[in-house]
Amino acid sequence: MEVTSTTNGRALTLALRGELDHHAARETVTAIERALEAGLPMHLVLDFGGVTFMDSSGIAVAMRARRRMAALGGAVALVNVPAQAKKVFDAAGIAVNTEGNT
Amino acid sequence: MKVKPNNYIALEFLSRSANEGFARAAVAAFAAQLDPTLDELGDVKTAVSEAVTNAIVHAYPDELGKISLRASIFDGNVLELVIRDWGCGIPDVEKAREPLYTTGGEERSGMGFTIMESFMDTLVVRSKPDKGTVVTMKRRIAQRSGRK
Repeated sequence: MEVTSTTNGRALTLALRGELDHHAARETVTAIERALEAGLPMHLVLDFGGVTFMDSSGIAVAMRARRRMAALGGAVALVNVPAQAKKVFDAAGIAVNTEGNT
Repeated sequence: MKVKPNNYIALEFLSRSANEGFARAAVAAFAAQLDPTLDELGDVKTAVSEAVTNAIVHAYPDELGKISLRASIFDGNVLELVIRDWGCGIPDVEKAREPLYTTGGEERSGMGFTIMESFMDTLVVRSKPDKGTVVTMKRRIAQRSGRK
């Protein structure tokens, strides 16, 4: 999983690319937490546009990012979520913005 | 009388997380002969990923062990997946199937069985402590006009 960071003031966008499964989840969480510690953003955008597959490991990654951002007093948006990953988020009742509709 | 499949594959692999993607890809390639839609294929791959990850994370928490995966095709375009491990087993299957229940800590969401259940037509989980777990899932792939 490749994580690319873009900062705009106190807003941080992390673009995820690759397959987000249990195998990739730990390195993804580490990359997100490092970026949060470095940038201390008020708004985090997780861009799933490059995610080619996601299972429930992605739910745990998103929930963990939400908890970390809540601790910073900020919020998280999940954007560009492809149909397959959206179905997984839907199963957990997590609201997302779908691909091409940010 | 046991119904024989029209086709099947059988795989065996070590409980390394690197094999999650291999298992998904192998089942997807096998299921391609049923001409599934991208949506159907996505559902099947997600269910395989959840079952194999459960075996890797929960069946063999402190060691590497054997996982087997059998994918079969039956009359009516029915795809059956059987994922088996010989690990520690699940003490309370009903509890494990509850949404958000997990013993996997912060890295797991507890949604694995819920997703298998909602993405496949049927899900049967049989487990014995210290003997292992067998997960059997079925999904009928829709036959659309213009297909053989």
